[in-house]
Amino acid sequence: MKYIKFLILGTFFGIVLSKAEIISWYRIYEMFKFQSFHMYGIIGSAVVSGIMAKQIIKKTKMRSIEGTDIKFTPKNKSIPRYLIGGTIFGLGWAMTGACPGPMFILVGYGVGVFLVVIASAVIGTLVYGLIRKNLPH
Amino acid sequence: MIEFISQPWPWYVGGPLIALVMFLLWYFGKSFGISSNLRTICSIGGAGKLSDFFDFDWHGQIWNLTFLVGAVIGGFIAHTFLTVDQGVQISEGVVNELRSLGIEEPGKAYIPGDLFSWENLFSVQGMLMLVGGGFLVGFGSRYAGGCTSGHAITGLSELQMPSLIAVVGFFIGGLIMTHLILPWILPL
Repeated sequence: MKYIKFLILGTFFGIVLSKAEIISWYRIYEMFKFQSFHMYGIIGSAVVSGIMAKQIIKKTKMRSIEGTDIKFTPKNKSIPRYLIGGTIFGLGWAMTGACPGPMFILVGYGVGVFLVVIASAVIGTLVYGLIRKNLPH
Repeated sequence: MIEFISQPWPWYVGGPLIALVMFLLWYFGKSFGISSNLRTICSIGGAGKLSDFFDFDWHGQIWNLTFLVGAVIGGFIAHTFLTVDQGVQISEGVVNELRSLGIEEPGKAYIPGDLFSWENLFSVQGMLMLVGGGFLVGFGSRYAGGCTSGHAITGLSELQMPSLIAVVGFFIGGLIMTHLILPWILPL
């Protein structure tokens, strides 16, 4: 039962990304062509709201539902890992028009062939895990 | 009400609602990040025997997998009950450009059906875009330590410099693909 809230929240997330057309290949193409404000508005307004949400959590010392402090873990400092990894990710994002969330949402949306994209993404993650010690981080 | 919801939602509704999801996950004591699930799937599949990167107790990630199952259900609900017009209002310039690159009726559905279909999967184009593209997303997101949810939304909201670098990378890759490579792949 403790997982039901995650199921409901995930469902809400799937509906939002569908209705705001974030799962559309065309919207991603348009974004990288600078032909539409839509995706910039989405990411921009999400980040502005998110910055405010984090400030509210910190100012009010809000606690989680389990009564623990809400912690924000700083990510490890590095440049190559984020820049190279990010660029590889971007190449795939523009190709499939889907980052990991939308890949799954699209399957529910009826585009079953995205199961293949998901399987490839799992294999990509697996290969990264196998060769990561040889990559600059 | 349902008619109102069935319209496409503008960016100023979608963006803040994504932030709400992130906020609720913080409140639930978790952190928003979808691509971690790909690593968890590897771990459940036994990849811990191959690399210590996958050798962790994935039970702590069940909440995230559950969230992902919800996302699939959400896609189904949106498509089945909450969408009247299945098209996307993309700009006229993009419609004309994609048509010249060989895409039929751009914007008629969420996804260009002639590219993303089972029939097209075993063509060179399908292999590159579906299999190759998926691989790059999976490899790149783990290399960068996160995807759009973990870096572009959560990391930027937390004002984390690593996430800004990752997002710059997302755009370098996306711009190279869209401007330099897709014009060769789309007409295939």
